[in-house]
Amino acid sequence: MAFEALQEKFSRIVKSIKGESKLTEKNMEAMLKEVRIALLEADVNYKVVKVFVSNVKEKALGQEVYTKLNPSEMVIKIVKDELVELLGSDRSELIYNKNKPTIIMLVGLQGSGKTTTAAKLANLMKNKLKKKVLLAACDVYRPAAIDQLAQLATQLKVDLVNMGDKVNPVDIALKAKEKAYNDHYDVLIIDTAGRLQIDEPLMEELKNIKSKVNPDEILLLTDALAGQDTVNVAKTFNDTLGLTGDIMSKMDGDSRGGAALSISYVTGVPIKFIGTGEKISDLDIFYPERMAERILGMGDVLSLIDKVQENIDEKEAKKAVNKMMGGKFTLDDMLSQMKQIQKLGSLKSLMKLIPGAPKISDAQFKLVEDEMKNFEVIINSMTKEERENPDILKNSRKCRIAKGSGKTNADVNRVLKKYEEMKKQTKMMKDFKKGGRFPSGF
Amino acid sequence: MGLFKFLKEKLFKKKEKKEDEAKQAESIEKYDKGMAKSRKEFSNKLDELTKRYKVVNEEYFSELEEILIEADCGVSFALNIIDELLNESKEKNITEPKEINEQLVDKMFLNYLKEGEDIVNEIDFSSTPRVLLVMGVNGVGKTTTIAKLAYRYIKQNKKVTLVAADTFRAGAKEQLTVWASRLNCSIVTGNDNEDPASVAFKGVHEGTLNNSDLIIVDTAGRLQNKQSLMDELRKITKVIKKENNNPIESFLVIDATTGQNGVSQATAFKELTDITGIVITKMDGTSKGGIILAIRQELGIPVRFIGLGEKMDDLEEFDLDKYLYGLCSGLIKDENN
Repeated sequence: MAFEALQEKFSRIVKSIKGESKLTEKNMEAMLKEVRIALLEADVNYKVVKVFVSNVKEKALGQEVYTKLNPSEMVIKIVKDELVELLGSDRSELIYNKNKPTIIMLVGLQGSGKTTTAAKLANLMKNKLKKKVLLAACDVYRPAAIDQLAQLATQLKVDLVNMGDKVNPVDIALKAKEKAYNDHYDVLIIDTAGRLQIDEPLMEELKNIKSKVNPDEILLLTDALAGQDTVNVAKTFNDTLGLTGDIMSKMDGDSRGGAALSISYVTGVPIKFIGTGEKISDLDIFYPERMAERILGMGDVLSLIDKVQENIDEKEAKKAVNKMMGGKFTLDDMLSQMKQIQKLGSLKSLMKLIPGAPKISDAQFKLVEDEMKNFEVIINSMTKEERENPDILKNSRKCRIAKGSGKTNADVNRVLKKYEEMKKQTKMMKDFKKGGRFPSGF
Repeated sequence: MGLFKFLKEKLFKKKEKKEDEAKQAESIEKYDKGMAKSRKEFSNKLDELTKRYKVVNEEYFSELEEILIEADCGVSFALNIIDELLNESKEKNITEPKEINEQLVDKMFLNYLKEGEDIVNEIDFSSTPRVLLVMGVNGVGKTTTIAKLAYRYIKQNKKVTLVAADTFRAGAKEQLTVWASRLNCSIVTGNDNEDPASVAFKGVHEGTLNNSDLIIVDTAGRLQNKQSLMDELRKITKVIKKENNNPIESFLVIDATTGQNGVSQATAFKELTDITGIVITKMDGTSKGGIILAIRQELGIPVRFIGLGEKMDDLEEFDLDKYLYGLCSGLIKDENN
């Protein structure tokens, strides 16, 4: 579903209240309504939204609008600060015991990502923090759940307590604790079976594990794609077990992840990690600021930067820059630049990460992406010589290229025009680097 | 006729064969039991509202809105229905809460049916082998659903072959293998990290050779915004079509706890391949699974099966009447008194 960014909605409202110097009930009404819808669309629980919006209103009422901000920016700022405060915590680091194993227990609904996260945590602790890690496979219910953890443990070269699926999970956990103490492990991570929070016998089992092994951390796995019911899940798990934290999985999806706010609100426990991908290293620290922006649909510039850094081939980019600075810029270079951009993912998904980016329709996106494809086809139909020295392209060559690529002469001309533009920009950049004045209009 | 009465008549008073009647009663009970926790919040809340308000007012409608949104029906879905209700209550001067509630469920029902009524849930075996491709985001219960579907059709004397085309997640192949041996049906697997399309191809090929009626292909969970993984799924579909001429059944599995993202999931998977149905899982929790209403309204994709519990036979054909009955039976029983 395409969400409209909050700022965009605000920008329409704001025209009517421009120039007012104080935030009043009246001039905020429309904006707060949008805040409410944005939060609901982000899957923040209805009751949480209600309380949240009324808190924001209280805070904002009567506030002077700073000269630098307009009223809408002011409201966004208050909303964001409030979100960050709710989500934020200085307790998000895991604390490790000095003289005995730190015991971590993972709990949650089916399919929330416990086993995968157990492996990711083990990887982080073993390889980044140089801890001696032990895993315990206590999911005796789901077929092959133990196999899954065993495969991951082998892959990570981490020891695993595997007693098969015919043993009581409480006994497995206990055995694992003994081993962790006897063999001087730094950390024990206990993977438990997924369960509904209303399944009393299974919740009782978790309570038993807790009382027998006395874990330092009980972390609830929640799914970033989850909806309104997350509050009930988090509340019951917290009431039953006394959670010490939360891990949000599947944050690499395109959900707004409003569940995070519901969890913070209803349990008060900090979100300690987020799962950001399928690779074993895809576990990140939770940043309240980023989460707040994501929930509000403000775009996630930091994630965009991460994404760019991950995907841009640095060598390739440097080569292109050097070439550009050297004054030589060929059609091949243009193609390689376009490909670097394509590597980042679809334009649409990128635009989502940019705050305040204009709303572009799917059709328009498709147009741009098609054009990029066209460019590629056309450039590929040129000879090496033509690509390196496009000046030699006269009409007959253009006709041949158009025919070869199944496009028209006009298409070929468009490629050349774009090339000239980029070349000009490159030249300007070069002049600038030489110490010249920044060219106007650049 | 009010919806509740209609539901009651349709579900209970239909003159059918004895055998069917027993079956019907059993199925209704499964919905009733499986959705007991979901109902607790939905219909009990509606019920409680009628007790608190003598006449409806603006506050009443905002409480209704809350109930709908908390059922994950989607913000715009909820706001639209409430708007319509508000207008109608003004126009027709309806002030009684009970009547408004009835209209509300009525609208939920009609919105779903607007897209057409004749949905055949069961897989069509007029030409075999029929390939069923099962897809969805991570952790929604694809593999378990496949086991339940296989169980269902084996019971109907169909020959079923399972294909483990999730070659990515550790233990995925083993999980499906355990099910195949419990169900005593054939399974085709590949090596870890083998191209899933090649496993799918092999599976469909072998399933055809061994005269299967149904070949169910399990795929790795994938988030719908991962382009390369979605391309992989496209390739799997293409490869299956090459080996099998019958139309593919493509089921998208959605977890009842899913929020607004469910619509984005359905949109993306639908863009990729022709989704022929949704299976909604984990309805035995406290979630109401309201996102299926939004998906139906926005994309027209029907729900074909619903997971109402952990047992093998807890996967039922989706039936809107029974779903709404499961969600609101408290209110319907009320009318009996």
